[in-house]
Parts: sequence; C-alpha cells; structure tokens
Amino acid sequence: MIEIENVRKSFGSLEVLKGVSLTVPKGEVLTVIGGSGSGKSTLLTCINGLEPIDSGRILVDGVEVHAKGTDLNRLRRKIGIVFQQWNAFPHLTVLENVMLAQRKVLGRSRAEAEAEAVRQLKHVGLGDKLSVYPSRLSGGQQQRMAIARALAMSPDYMLFDEVTSALDPQLVGEVLDTLRMLAAEGMTMICVTHEMKFAREVSDRVAFFHQGVIAEIAPPEELFGAPRTPELQKFLAATV
Amino acid sequence: MFNYTFRWNQALKSLPQMLEGALVTMEIAILSMVIGIAIAIVLTLFRLSPLRPLRAVAAVWVEIARNTPALFQIYMVHFGLGSFGIHLTPYLSLLIGIAYNNAGYLTENFRGALTAIPETQTRAARSLGMTSLQAFRHVVMPQMLRIAFLPMTNQMVWAILMTSLGAVVAMNSDLYGVANDLNARTFRTFEIFAIAAVIFYLITKTITISARLLAARLFRY
Ligand SMILES: Nc1ncnc2c1ncn2[C@@H]1O[C@H](COP(=O)(O)OP(=O)(O)OP(=O)(O)O)[C@@H](O)[C@H]1O
Ligand SMILES: [Mg+2]
Repeated sequence: MIEIENVRKSFGSLEVLKGVSLTVPKGEVLTVIGGSGSGKSTLLTCINGLEPIDSGRILVDGVEVHAKGTDLNRLRRKIGIVFQQWNAFPHLTVLENVMLAQRKVLGRSRAEAEAEAVRQLKHVGLGDKLSVYPSRLSGGQQQRMAIARALAMSPDYMLFDEVTSALDPQLVGEVLDTLRMLAAEGMTMICVTHEMKFAREVSDRVAFFHQGVIAEIAPPEELFGAPRTPELQKFLAATV
Repeated sequence: MFNYTFRWNQALKSLPQMLEGALVTMEIAILSMVIGIAIAIVLTLFRLSPLRPLRAVAAVWVEIARNTPALFQIYMVHFGLGSFGIHLTPYLSLLIGIAYNNAGYLTENFRGALTAIPETQTRAARSLGMTSLQAFRHVVMPQMLRIAFLPMTNQMVWAILMTSLGAVVAMNSDLYGVANDLNARTFRTFEIFAIAAVIFYLITKTITISARLLAARLFRY
C-alpha cells in the first residue's frame, strides 16, 4: 500500500505540491490526470524518493520513504518507474539493459537475470530484439523495453509518468496495450497520463491534479461522467 | 657549403638499440595512460562529490597539470620529491610525471564528456535501485569513456611524445634517451635523430589508426 499524507514540496519559491494526500491499496490501478506543471511528475519522483519533500510523509508498505534511516535503494526495488523521456542505457543491448540492475542490485546470477530479462521482454513483445542496441528501437519499443526493465526487478508497484506523451501517435497504442496487460494481471499502478480513453478503461480510480492538490478523485465513470469541480469540467472540455 | 656527410649505415647499425628504446617509450606511455585513466576516473568522482575537500583536490590537480609545462611536472617529481628525501629512479619519475599530466588532461576531457550524458540516465539507474556509485560505474562511466575516446587517443600520442622530456631527469633507456646517448658517442646527430623521429612518427600513427579501428569494434551502438 502507498500512503501519501499531506505532502508539500517546493522548488525554490515555487510550491509544487501543496498538501497531497492519497492512499493506493495493493492491486489498484490509479490514473492521474491534470494540466501541465500541476506537479504530477514531481509526486511520482517523491514516491520513490528521487526527490525530497518538505513536509508530510509517504509510506510504502509502512516504510516511510523520506525518513532518515530508510534504505532507499532497497525501497526502490519494490517500485518500478518508467519516465516520459526514454532512458534506455544506450551502451547496452536490450537484453543487457534489462539484466543490469537485476545483477547489480538484486545480485541475480547471469543465467537467472538473462532468463528473467528474456521472459519480460517477450512479455512486452520485444522477444526478437534482445541483442539490438536501443538506438535501433522505435520510441514505442524503447518505452516497452523500459517497462520490461522495471518489471524484471519484480516490483510490487509500478509508476508510469506519461509514458506515451513523447511518442508518435501510431506508437501510442502498443505501449498502452502493455499497460492494459499489466493492469489486467493485477499490478498495482499509478499512471500519469493524458490519454483519457485509456484512463477511463483501465482505472479503478482517477485522480485529477490541479495546482498542487488532488482536486477530485473518483472511479472513472463518476469522475468523467459527473465532474464536480469547475476546474475539472474545464480540463475535460479542453482535452476532448 | 656545409661539409656534413651523411653516414646512414653507421646510424642504422644502432637501430636495434633504438627499437629497444622505443619499447621502453611505449611501455611508459601505456602505463602512464592506464594509471592516468584510473586516476582521472577517481578525480571525476571527486569532482562530482558533495564533499568540498575532494572537489578541491581534483580542481588543484587539473589546474596544475594543464597550466604548467609537463617538463616542470616531471622535474618536480624527480627533484622536488628528491628534496624531501624521496629519491625515485628516472624511469619512475618520468612515468609518474606523465601519469600526473595525463590524469589532469583526462579529467578535463571526462568533464566535457559528462555534460553530454543526460541527468535522466542517472535517474533511471537510481530508480532501479542502483547506488550512486553503481549508476556511475555501470551507466555513466561507459558512456563517458566512449565520448572521451578520441581525446584519450590524443593524450596517448602526447604521452609518447612526452617521454622525450625524460631528458631532464637523465632518463636514458627510452627512445629519446637512447638517441641522445648515441648522438653523444657517434656525433651522427642528423641521422640518429631522423631515425628516432621516424620511429616516433610510426608509433603515434599506429596508435591513432588502431584506436580508430578499435573504436569501430568497441562502440557498436
Ligand atoms: N527539478 C526541478 N527544479 C525546479 N523546478 C521544477 C523541477 N521539477 C519540476 N519543476 C517545476 O515544478 C512544476 C511541476 O512540475 P511537474 O513536472 O511535476 O509537472 P507535471 O504535472 O508533471 O507537468 P507535465 O504534464 O508538463 O509533465 C513545474 O512548474 C516545473 O517547472
Ligand atoms: Mg510530468
């Protein structure tokens, strides 16, 4: 379970998170929507401790992420994250990309890591790209590789930050299909997305982020069907 | 008219000796590069460190290496340390002096290379649970070494040429030292130094060309 309690976070004088509270139980698929600059990416990077927070707390399975004694490297094994910008390791083949952290972080043997990498890469439809360097992959393939790389660490949670927004329209579908598949398998996921149709389909709940707070959170039928706040109504009208 | 008669035969007889010197020159250059690269990697980590004293060590090293003559650097290793009672052989003084110089220049090359590697690479590695050292070692450093490969080749060439500075510490077993001794004994100045120059040229050319071939093999991505 991920518990976010009244989290505040500023960059210099700019307060980006202004008291965010949110609980994501195991097995839930939560999508986060909201305008550009509203703090969605910041929230995700706070959850895995890449960014410090100013106040409040974030607990992952009861462990406080930003507490002094917390072993972040250990905690991050539980939390897979895939970013908006593709960040394949360019000097490693697809297979090596997916093997690296398994070997160095989890201490798996070469054979174990390779077997798991092959399994995950097949899972996301890259079984025929194992020995290719990322520069030879399309954006959609790179994103799927990044997903496989995160999944190979056997995470309990997956965070996705607009993983399709840097893609050509014709490549968006294949990546969303991969996310749908994960959702169907019961993975606990927080997906920041601009794809409203996708959010409507896969989410257990949808959170609308506005000016550093969660302005509305509800199951998709409710949130999209009967938006309560004028901000959400405006946001939805603009994105259709 | 100048009355210098070329006597290539006599000079060419010393070729085996000069080739032996060339081996020593290459040995020093290679060792000084290996040591220089290792130190430059450590200095690069110092530079990225949050600890001020470490950053200062790196900064001072680079400043001195790049802004004083290599000749002084070698001289200081030999006679500077000598005045503190640390007496090194000419071979060691030359090796350490060149390695010092290499490390300074390479650290600066690495700094440039790092600016070409996006911060998101480190973030991605850290998100997978790697420590900052693991992220550097397995993700950033290989890319850095690739980007800095050509400057590293240049430094290697420079290291070969710097071995001739061993003259200031009475080094006589390297290519320049051997040539210098032969000159003193035979007075075939032009011939001997011409042959030495050709050998220097062939060594450095070989390095540049094989580096290019190696790069094509090593960096397939
Ligand atoms: N490292 C940083 N330093 C300073 N400001 C930052 C940093 N990261 C984000 N910000 C600022 O914080 C605000 C929120 O950024 P964030 O990336 O979380 O928004 P977002 O909701 O993900 O937006 P988008 O939909 O455009 O991705 C923005 O104004 C951004 O400029
Ligand atoms: Mg964002």
